[in-house]
Amino acid sequence: MHSRPKFLLFVLLLLVAGFGLTLYKHFALGFPLWPGEKTQVWTIEAKIEFMARDEPALVSFALPNSPPGMVILGEDFASPNYGFTEIKLHDQRRAQWSSRQAKDKQTVYYRLDVYEKAGEKESLTSQQPTSIQSPEFDEPFRTAANTLVDDLKQHSSDTRTFTLELLHTLNDENPSQNVRLLLGDRPGENFKAKLAIDLLSLAKIPARKVRGLFLESGRRRQALKSFIEIHDGKQWRLFNQTTTEEGVPKHFILWQRGGSSLLDIEGGHRSNVHFSIIENSHSARNIAVRYGKDEQAALVDFSIYSLPIEEQNAFKSILLVPIGAIIVVLMRILVGIRTSGTFMPILIALAFIKTSLLTGLFIFIFVVSAGLLIRSYLSHLNLLLVARISAVIIVVIALMAGMSIVSQKLGFSQALTVTFFPMIILAWTIERMSILWEEDGPKEVLIQGGGSLFVATLAYLCMTNRVVEYLTFNFPELLLVNLAFILLLGQYTGYRLTELRRFQPIAETEVNINNPLNNNDQAASNDNVLRKP
Amino acid sequence: MFFASPKQLRARGIMGMNRRNVDYVAAHNPRHLYPLVDNKLKTKLLAEQAGIAVPKLLGTLQYQHDVRDLHSQLLPHEKFVIKPAKGSGGKGILVIAEREHEIYFKPSEEAISHEMLEHHVTNILSGLYSLSGTPDIAMIEAMIEAHNIFDAYSFEGVPDIRVIIFKGYPVMAMLRLATHASDGKANLHQGAIGVGIDLATGRALHAVQHDRPIYQHPDTQREFSELHIPDWDKLLPLAAACQEVTGLGYLGVDIVIDKNRGPLILELNARPGLAIQMANGTGIAPRLQQIEALSHEQRDAEARAKISKELFCRAP
Repeated sequence: MHSRPKFLLFVLLLLVAGFGLTLYKHFALGFPLWPGEKTQVWTIEAKIEFMARDEPALVSFALPNSPPGMVILGEDFASPNYGFTEIKLHDQRRAQWSSRQAKDKQTVYYRLDVYEKAGEKESLTSQQPTSIQSPEFDEPFRTAANTLVDDLKQHSSDTRTFTLELLHTLNDENPSQNVRLLLGDRPGENFKAKLAIDLLSLAKIPARKVRGLFLESGRRRQALKSFIEIHDGKQWRLFNQTTTEEGVPKHFILWQRGGSSLLDIEGGHRSNVHFSIIENSHSARNIAVRYGKDEQAALVDFSIYSLPIEEQNAFKSILLVPIGAIIVVLMRILVGIRTSGTFMPILIALAFIKTSLLTGLFIFIFVVSAGLLIRSYLSHLNLLLVARISAVIIVVIALMAGMSIVSQKLGFSQALTVTFFPMIILAWTIERMSILWEEDGPKEVLIQGGGSLFVATLAYLCMTNRVVEYLTFNFPELLLVNLAFILLLGQYTGYRLTELRRFQPIAETEVNINNPLNNNDQAASNDNVLRKP
Repeated sequence: MFFASPKQLRARGIMGMNRRNVDYVAAHNPRHLYPLVDNKLKTKLLAEQAGIAVPKLLGTLQYQHDVRDLHSQLLPHEKFVIKPAKGSGGKGILVIAEREHEIYFKPSEEAISHEMLEHHVTNILSGLYSLSGTPDIAMIEAMIEAHNIFDAYSFEGVPDIRVIIFKGYPVMAMLRLATHASDGKANLHQGAIGVGIDLATGRALHAVQHDRPIYQHPDTQREFSELHIPDWDKLLPLAAACQEVTGLGYLGVDIVIDKNRGPLILELNARPGLAIQMANGTGIAPRLQQIEALSHEQRDAEARAKISKELFCRAP
């Protein structure tokens, strides 16, 4: 072992690479480590209704731009009788539905699927504020506004605290006289938001209105909530104007920024828009694959997922072979089970996957036993090796055909799966077992045949395990981990389990070189001593 | 107890299969040297060149058309053995102990016609007995006549002695005796008896059948304690010399003792089995370590055999 440290370093590298990539995919790309993990997906439906004037109609509707903390999975604009285009206006995505002729009540739908993903940054944060337009206040409102702003400035240290103070003041249960004057009677949410922005502008703070939707499952006829966003000189800060909380709340989708309208209708009137929200769960893995593809993550883009579905399915079973291999290695090196043909059990296990375990075991035992019977006749003919194996192959095919036909006639469709067994492997197994029978007797055939079936069954159980199947396909980098373990096992020099049994008689005897044979032969032993040089 | 604990086995120096494969076979036997021992014809020619005693080669048959010459090749010989050069585990070996013109007789007195003999040779040439199934060569060798001393211990066949040679030093030896249960074959896992032999004296130490201790031959009822291998002082250096011939560091040497010629090298094995430990009732690992601890000075086979005798003497 001239380079043991090098070997261990290599194994360690494989382990780190394998586990590292797996963890990266889990944490960065959101691949779940267990099958069947679900992600909440919110389906938001905006229902736009208006009365058409029997003339060309154009509906323009603001759409969310990559909302913070959310990933858009898909959008659907389908509305019958309307043509659709998506445009971008002042950094704002808008949907436009148009129709030549619209009459009476019209409905247009926009559907959006999103899921929440922590740390998902929005792309608009770098946006710079536009110049502030001085708000227009009439007397006596102007004096009241100026007094309020001056007052708040004294109580705050920076733009952020100013905004917080302002929102507190506006939401005060016992507002001061100035505030009561500015708010008027029973102020609406929108009015409050507009007032807050006007007052912020008066204080020379860039501010804008933000609208968004709280996501709660099963809600219907929801309206967008107004938020306020200010620029503190470095970045935009979002405030909930009613609760005065800062930042994007949980389960909240930011729909639109700035003062432009949410909905414009040409050729219609009495328009309104309602949102309904449904929560459903999707396979987290499917979402992660889709997200990875959208993001062009190299690990997903250059992976098995980029293959056509048919090849993906082929890889699903190919990637299971290493699992079978490590089972064979474990059974051989740690346990010491004798099998007929080193990797034959893997191929049998792959056949079991297609046939199901019990049917597979039955078919295998039947075909091999029948094959052995016929092969024993062939051995009387003294055929040459290649001819004999070819003859066995034909016998195996005949057996398979016979089995399929008889089972079909008898109505056991399970036995039809016999075709999934690799016939060359069956033929070689029969040949090897037959030679074994002749040379070492039926006991050895039972030991090796039983060993093969045991290992094949174990490999089958591992390969069909849902978690194993999921991990091998979705985290092919775990192959490196498997490889590392096989390399380590390849250097294992300890005892096999079966050796503990085999050498047990030696362990039982005393550690004593004076064994019974020589004790009986004391005279001769003495003689030996005398003869020694 | 059904199972021994690994600790118990380690305490007795037992070497397991994994340890043998990784630390001895893989570490001391370069792959490119395997053909020297896997092909018995090559082994035999190399050994003859080195002056090592081997059973006499009477002829070889390599191609199918050579089979026509079989008759003329065999004409002068009364007793002979036909074996495949690449056979393993005694497969394909045909022993002819007697002949009457065209009728040959196995030691079991089963009669064989010349056609059957030709067919057997054809099978050998086609690779029926070679492990990889590749075309093979048939060797015709002089039959070995077992030393009288084994008459009382052997049921059919010639007993052979397996000596493990590590770095040229003999480390352990056993005698393999066919039994009725093993059907005349000398394979331990088929029921042959393994008798551990004291390296210093050539005396029997311990015997096993089916990995369990046994004290007398099941067919002849003879006590193994009386067994003493003749020509032991000649046999050990002969076995040790096989290291130079092959260059293999961990080697199993199979030796037979001919009534007239004494010890002869029968075949060599680059992956000798572990049953020798059972036969000796002790592990081989400490002995291998003792050899590794020896100084690296060059010694001839005679000197190495002498050192082994001193190191591994088991007689009290």
